[in-house]
Amino acid sequence: MKKKTSQKIAFLLFRALGLLVVGLLCWILGFIIYNGVGAISWEFLTTAPKDGMTAGGIFPAIVGTVCLIIGSMLFATPVGIMSAIYTNEYATNRTIVRFIRIMTNNLSSIPSIVFGLFGMSLFVNTLNFGDSILAGSFTLGLLILPIIIRTTEEALRAVPESYRAGSRALGASKLQTITKVVLPAALPNITTGIILSIGRVSGETAPVLFTVAAYFLPKLPSSIFDQVMVLPYHLYVIATSGTDIEASRPIAYGTALVLITIVLLMNLLATYLRKRFGKNLNTK
Amino acid sequence: MKQARKIIEPIVEGMFRVSGAITGITILLIIVFLFKEGFGLFQSPTVEKGYSLYVHSTNKVEALSVAQIKDIYDQDVTRWEEVGGTSGDIMTFRIEDIFKMYKEEEMGENYELLPQKLAEVIATHPNIVAYLPDQYAPAVQGDIKKIPSRTIGWKDFFLGMQWMPTATPAPQFGVLPLIGGTLLVSIVAILIALPLGLGVAIYLSELASRRMRGILKPVIELLAGIPSVVYGFFGLIVLVPLVQDLFGLPVGETAFTGSLILAIMALPTIITVAEDAMRNTPRAMRESSLALGATQWQTIYKVVLPYSISGISAAVVLGIGRAIGETMAVLMVTGNAAILTHNVFEPVRTIPATIAAELGEVPAGSAHYRSLFLLGCILFAITMVISISAEMIGKRRAQE
Repeated sequence: MKKKTSQKIAFLLFRALGLLVVGLLCWILGFIIYNGVGAISWEFLTTAPKDGMTAGGIFPAIVGTVCLIIGSMLFATPVGIMSAIYTNEYATNRTIVRFIRIMTNNLSSIPSIVFGLFGMSLFVNTLNFGDSILAGSFTLGLLILPIIIRTTEEALRAVPESYRAGSRALGASKLQTITKVVLPAALPNITTGIILSIGRVSGETAPVLFTVAAYFLPKLPSSIFDQVMVLPYHLYVIATSGTDIEASRPIAYGTALVLITIVLLMNLLATYLRKRFGKNLNTK
Repeated sequence: MKQARKIIEPIVEGMFRVSGAITGITILLIIVFLFKEGFGLFQSPTVEKGYSLYVHSTNKVEALSVAQIKDIYDQDVTRWEEVGGTSGDIMTFRIEDIFKMYKEEEMGENYELLPQKLAEVIATHPNIVAYLPDQYAPAVQGDIKKIPSRTIGWKDFFLGMQWMPTATPAPQFGVLPLIGGTLLVSIVAILIALPLGLGVAIYLSELASRRMRGILKPVIELLAGIPSVVYGFFGLIVLVPLVQDLFGLPVGETAFTGSLILAIMALPTIITVAEDAMRNTPRAMRESSLALGATQWQTIYKVVLPYSISGISAAVVLGIGRAIGETMAVLMVTGNAAILTHNVFEPVRTIPATIAAELGEVPAGSAHYRSLFLLGCILFAITMVISISAEMIGKRRAQE
């Protein structure tokens, strides 16, 4: 009898905790959506901030974030995919493969502020890119490399060995097999990784603090050596150090909502793709 | 066509090979650049570049440490004998004090008489210590003695109790309060997050129906996906006033507020890793426990939990790693006071928050700049140790 009661109490507690986690997410999302939705308007999304960032919109920050997404993807996607192809398709030495995996894991555990320091030291100061889209893109690109490498590796591993054998038997070279058979089959899952990293890039603040982010810059960038405003840093600025914090609150809520919408959309899209194509490959 | 392929294929394969090494190269570069900048701190002088300390030549004092210089100028030390000088009350002097003793006209049009006046001041005050820019410094002769400039030592940094990087004449780069703040915030965060995370992990792996799992898993992923600056914003507006009201504090920006937000942020990591470990418990072990008449709850805490203990420790370690490196959220809610405290209801400052808050304002190459890179090195070393130990725990589990 006593055993049963303690079980009942424990299980009730665990259920409550499960609900608590759902509640937490709802609380955070609800708070930002409820307060932010009023600030969103066409004007908010398409104009520059004005009056000391207490009015106007966030257009330059959106453009800046998009620039960084494109820049970091242009760098990280090919390098990450090629790296995964090497470990999964070419490397025969198991020690090397293990070493590369450990390095990838370690890279993903380095705090983002350390990437910021590194990016500032290497790209901004040593290579003399200055605070620029280029420096920021490289820094963020290195940050998301582990995500892309890992998801690509998983995707390549999920391609059945028979695909490769069949292609080789038809006389295709190893490279042809990879580009014409393995990669197309793995593409949907690789895309998932890319989408996840887009979400990550748009939300990171610490790495862009000292490599690209501008406090206030209402004009749009004209080259990759320009500074830009970015959404997460803009949120930080108007939440903590704007000229009039109270007056810029609605803008802060609006910025948070836009930011969170981008990030969560990317996550949901990735989950959806994984579900859909994950099934596909298994049934084939 | 075939010939072209013969040329292209080795090139492409070479590119694969180089890309394979990219993560290793990146880590190597991070180490090189961080440590190169960081260890430059130990070549920086204790007082600001371009400045020196001067005393009267009758004073026995030969050298002053960073802490001593600061104590003297803060008037915590007022007697020369306490720092190895000839006995007497210390008289501190800064360049701007000269205008209390002489009129501006007496300095000459372009201050060309200033060094001479400074020399007079030092000569007439045997107990003086003067902090002067080299540009206007008097010649070291007669009654004037220059305290030889030292470089910042290992002890000043690693054992220093004060972080005051902008103090003059001697900035304090003591890292202990920052390490203390980081550990305090992270450990309290894990103490909050661990019971919650374990509970949810048990629920997910042992109790939840397929439908509930289908809801909870994406929710946890979304929680992990929310950017840290949004957590910081949420913490600033919701948690800070909440903590302030709840505990009746003068300010809500405390270590505890930081721990709360970090606990929420570490939850997804802890839940995912711990749940994985529990799911790996062999079915046979569970079933034999149930067959012996144990209830499901007894099976969980006597069989499943002990079996997955190494996985749970990996979850704790990874959670701490996440918390220690977190920057923006902590920066926004902990109040940023660089003091050594045991009280979680006081403001603290963590290592990442310090870097983020201060790096923007320092000139490249200065001692302050280098000290921030050295903080980065410490952070890097801590997270490397954490990541490697989590890996080793995981490997031990695989062997079992």
